[in-house]
Amino acid sequence: MIKKVISVVLLALVVIACSSSDGGESKPKDNFDRQTMLVNWADNIIIPVYQDLDSKLSALVEAKNTFTVTADQTNLEALRTAWLNAYKVWQYAEMFNIGKAEGIYYSSYMNIYPASAAEIEANIANGGYDLGLANNQDAVGFPALDYLLYGVAGDDSAILEVYNTNANASGYKTYLSDVIDKMKSLTETVLNDWTSTYRDTFVNSAGNTATSSTNKLTNDFIYYFEKGLRANKFGIPAGIFSGGVLYPEKVEGYYNQDVSKELALVALQASQDVFNGKAYNGTTNGSSFDDYLDYLQTITDGEDLTALINAQMNTARTQIQTVNTNFSSQVENDNTKMTLSYDELQKVVVLLKLDMVQAMNISVDYIDADGD
Amino acid sequence: MRFNTKAYLQSKTDAAPLAVFRILFGIMMLFSIVRFWANGWIDKLYIKPKFYFSYYGFEWVKPLGDYTYLLFIICGLSALFIALGLKYRVAIIVFFLSFTYIELMDKTTYLNHYYFISLMSFLMIFLPANAYFSVDNVLRKTAYKTIQQWCVDSVKLLLGIVYFYAGLAKINSDWLFRAMPLKIWLPSKYDLPLIGENLMQQEWFHYAMSWSGMLYDLAIPFLLLYKRTRWFAFALVVFFHVFTRVLFPIGMFPFIMIVSTLIFFEADFHHKIINHIKRVLKPKEVIDFKAVLEIKMEKVLVPFLVVFFVIQLLFPFRYVLYPGELFWTEEGFRFSWRVMLMEKMGHATFTIKNAKTGASFVVRNRDFLSSFQEKQMSFQPDFILEYAHYLGDHFTSQGHKNVQVFVDSYVALNGRLSQRFIDNTVDLYKEKESFCHKAWILPFTDEIKGL
Repeated sequence: MIKKVISVVLLALVVIACSSSDGGESKPKDNFDRQTMLVNWADNIIIPVYQDLDSKLSALVEAKNTFTVTADQTNLEALRTAWLNAYKVWQYAEMFNIGKAEGIYYSSYMNIYPASAAEIEANIANGGYDLGLANNQDAVGFPALDYLLYGVAGDDSAILEVYNTNANASGYKTYLSDVIDKMKSLTETVLNDWTSTYRDTFVNSAGNTATSSTNKLTNDFIYYFEKGLRANKFGIPAGIFSGGVLYPEKVEGYYNQDVSKELALVALQASQDVFNGKAYNGTTNGSSFDDYLDYLQTITDGEDLTALINAQMNTARTQIQTVNTNFSSQVENDNTKMTLSYDELQKVVVLLKLDMVQAMNISVDYIDADGD
Repeated sequence: MRFNTKAYLQSKTDAAPLAVFRILFGIMMLFSIVRFWANGWIDKLYIKPKFYFSYYGFEWVKPLGDYTYLLFIICGLSALFIALGLKYRVAIIVFFLSFTYIELMDKTTYLNHYYFISLMSFLMIFLPANAYFSVDNVLRKTAYKTIQQWCVDSVKLLLGIVYFYAGLAKINSDWLFRAMPLKIWLPSKYDLPLIGENLMQQEWFHYAMSWSGMLYDLAIPFLLLYKRTRWFAFALVVFFHVFTRVLFPIGMFPFIMIVSTLIFFEADFHHKIINHIKRVLKPKEVIDFKAVLEIKMEKVLVPFLVVFFVIQLLFPFRYVLYPGELFWTEEGFRFSWRVMLMEKMGHATFTIKNAKTGASFVVRNRDFLSSFQEKQMSFQPDFILEYAHYLGDHFTSQGHKNVQVFVDSYVALNGRLSQRFIDNTVDLYKEKESFCHKAWILPFTDEIKGL
């Protein structure tokens, strides 16, 4: 009789062992193919975004090279345009905190704001800085350029004087140059990793585990929406987390004074495009969260989450469009428009973090305790 | 055919099944403790967090800092002593107390199967599980061949309640007629080999699993009781638990249940197990075998255990005393064998407001809670209230004046669209925890019929 028990238990263990190993997979097509979604993300969104960012940064490097030779108004304008063009593409790239980008803390060296003017000035005055150090994260990237191109002096002619007649003009030029070169080289590192090896790793990790591509990218996507978009661009400057103490100096593009709204709208569009799987270079709509949710809806007969999420994103966009182009002055003059925008974005967060994650049944974070 | 209580209480049974149960229970518990430690969960769940969620009335039970490790050592050692049958009575009391203390430290980690282990170890305090094949026998040079029938039956009864009540809880419209939450859980197992991409995606399969799960839980105690269906039942037990282990992260529970159900088998089966162990260990033979173990204070003990079981039978139904949907309010949800019944998630954002000036700010939950605590807090009203008080106290002690605490919370249950969960106009800092209904939970807008 004991043999009977042992054989039953052994059989059970074999079932477990087989299930936890990655056996060969056969794929009948009566099912949502998650790998198609990963391929769409990688080939039609993520890699094209990085390629575009890389080329926009190349243009920025060129504009910088011209400017450091001849720091005049024309070249300053060209440099600023190149900065804004790259900054807009960055709004797409920031959410893909996976692979190399995650490993080298890419986004922390590209867009921590507000930039610290004091640290930037100290670096320039002292020289011998290492822009790869963690404590320089608020002295590099797009926000540092925002300061160097718009905030380093009172008006344009004063700014040009800093790069021409200031006692340490060459120091300013070198720093400007180093910051831009650093951004370019970091981006190249991330892009090259995607195009050489990581793309296949990403696409083939199609399981439902805490470290699989779908789960990680979903987490990244929601985190970006909640933190990068909702909190950083709206919540923090609008004093949501600080008991009504407003931080107009903490808006994105503070020194430029004219782009925070534009960048926020691009970020919202980027999120919506990724949600719907829209190709970065074009209008084709590939497989993404929307299709996955539609598929799951056919099983559960639940709500049309795709429609609800898109509608709420559109509502948020309409609200944001009422805000002044300069978030900073909006915060100072009529903060309610900022908090209303925050509220609409928060509703999207609930839909993404709660309803979408529940439908997909993935863990929002790495919780590995038992359930029952 | 009248049941003769007196005759039943005097009837005797072989001591081997309870001895084997004791050994396997002890080994399983020891292994569970070691696994818990090895996974780094002591540090993660009981050392790292700044704040712990208490059970109402047990606020004094808190983790002990680094001594928490000592607590786990004591718990693990007592489990080993139980398996050996060495100083059994002391060991099982120490195990019950230390294990229950661990479970009371933070209700974030509440699991029905931990509650089951606390109850089972409590029951075992009163059972002579060391009567046969234990180190205590060698020390006392005495062993007993038979014990009272009710001793073994009470273990069977507790196991039976767990299964049967888990089955009763599945008789509800979400489980049976919407196949929820399996319709959410099973399709997400698409990465299982062979069945992930096809079977797991089929609606009929979700219904089949829901209905068979319910029937399994209701029927299994009876199938195990009758000799003719016992092997079939055991095969079902193994299959069911192994299958759920493959699908869900449920740790040691399936193995504990598989091993526990062996107690339903006849004594000769357990003697064979003991003989196998003897062949390996070659223990000292006990000199003096006595026939029957007489239990001290049996006249008090039996009524006491009757009361214990009556409470067990009634307690899961306490939810009828509360208004509102049980799955939504969770008033009377725990300690009722409602296992794997819902897919429920929440999102709770707390606002601290100065009642006088109206100035307010939003709290970052991650500053105070672990991700696991935040997840559990977001959809359970008693957690939300306790956390609101913690926040209120914290910010008051930081010098904030006229503190009010409000929550903006949404909950999604079994695939329904998320809806607002807590009245966001209620200052939770003024609300008190009690066993009464929490009026600030907003009503559930749908209906779930059933037990």
